[in-house]
Amino acid sequence: MPTFFEKKQLVTPGELLAEGDYLLGDNTYLEENKVYASRIGLVDCENKRVNVVALRAFYVPKVGDLVIGAVIEVGFNGWTVDVKSPYTALLRASDVLSRPFKPQNDELSQVLSAGDLIVAKIASYDRAHDPQLTVSEPGLGKITRGQIMRVTPTKIPRVIGKKGSMISMIKQETNCQIILGLNGVILVTGKSPEDEELAITAIRKIEEESHTTGLTDRITQFLKEQKVKPEEKVE
Amino acid sequence: MNEKPEKLIDKKGLRLDGRKIDELRPLKLEVGVLPNADGSAYVEHGKNKILVGVFGPREMHPKHLSMADRMVIRCRYHMASFSVPERKSPAPSRREVELGKVIRESLEPSVFNDLYPRTGVDVFIEVLQADGGTRCASITAASLALADAGIPMRDLVVACAAGKVDDQVVLDLMDEEDKLGVADVPVAYMPSLNAITLLQMDGILAPEELEKAVNMAMDGCKKIYAMQKEALKTKYMTVKEVEE
Repeated sequence: MPTFFEKKQLVTPGELLAEGDYLLGDNTYLEENKVYASRIGLVDCENKRVNVVALRAFYVPKVGDLVIGAVIEVGFNGWTVDVKSPYTALLRASDVLSRPFKPQNDELSQVLSAGDLIVAKIASYDRAHDPQLTVSEPGLGKITRGQIMRVTPTKIPRVIGKKGSMISMIKQETNCQIILGLNGVILVTGKSPEDEELAITAIRKIEEESHTTGLTDRITQFLKEQKVKPEEKVE
Repeated sequence: MNEKPEKLIDKKGLRLDGRKIDELRPLKLEVGVLPNADGSAYVEHGKNKILVGVFGPREMHPKHLSMADRMVIRCRYHMASFSVPERKSPAPSRREVELGKVIRESLEPSVFNDLYPRTGVDVFIEVLQADGGTRCASITAASLALADAGIPMRDLVVACAAGKVDDQVVLDLMDEEDKLGVADVPVAYMPSLNAITLLQMDGILAPEELEKAVNMAMDGCKKIYAMQKEALKTKYMTVKEVEE
């Protein structure tokens, strides 16, 4: 049962990865007992599971995912939300109002209008239906302040780091609140625009160097250096 | 154009542009050339220059064209007015509509189109300069652009033509050979899976000549496949270099 790759090798769609008794990971498929890659990415094998970390992919909704989206349309009983995925999401009025929705008393565009950004969770989604969102949990709802940035959805796990080590470190070092939408949209809210700017540069750096080892340490180093500089200027 | 040359293959077995019988034209492939598209590729195959942009998967418009069980691929093949010696009308001709269909059908088997139902992918192929074998070069580039867009695929599709010129089976026909030759056999092929996705024939060939032409085209495809993989990797190489 051989494998045909080195760890973290760059592979293209259709490349033969392994033959025999292997489990399929992400972005792979099986044909006549052979495992092939289906996207461009970096291969890895752990416990007989061949996995390709895609370098190029789009966001596919999953129930329970936290996402950040923009309202694109106000409808009769809800809103249409762009979550940067092949499918547009729906947010129902009754979910936001947390009481029965009556079209005669409630003007939906006063609650959320086109262009508003929201943090939401995917409440339901399957092949036949567009994703439905919910904001009925603490921390979800309309975004009122902060800055938005986008990264490739596949890089979100790297921004989180092992057990959240990377993201908690950035939060601590920059004094910013960071909300990671699994669709690749990130909300950074800090006390000052400078703090937010710093967090954003750090995340951009992670995106660029997402495949290097010891990245958390280097980002810590980077943030510490950057933080010292502005203080020097003040003195 | 000049008058018809007496012989398309000379005594030494060389063709009009000095190639051997089983030699490909020089090929250049580039991936990710259009930042506004989700995926893109550019190919120079001999004098052919073709640009491909891919959008999607995204919600299908108009909605009634979407399919409940799969992703729909739409393909537009278009030749620029200046792509041929005599100005071509920019309106889509019968030939272009047909080539769009042929190219779409040769790409469809390579894409996992059942993963994202109700969505659509648009493939726009713009021929900037044509010199015979544009459909093959278009397929090669379109497949790269699809991979660049992050669409899951079974394999990259490569295409290459073979044909008959002056009683000989030759690889990768150029414009003159295509027009003055006896037959043209374009083949699209998925090398890893050893599967043919397009096989056409224009002209007259004996059964054994067809077999020879198909095999020759498949060998040509394998050579292009290596370049195709290389082109795709080059775009993402920076990531790998940082890692090392």
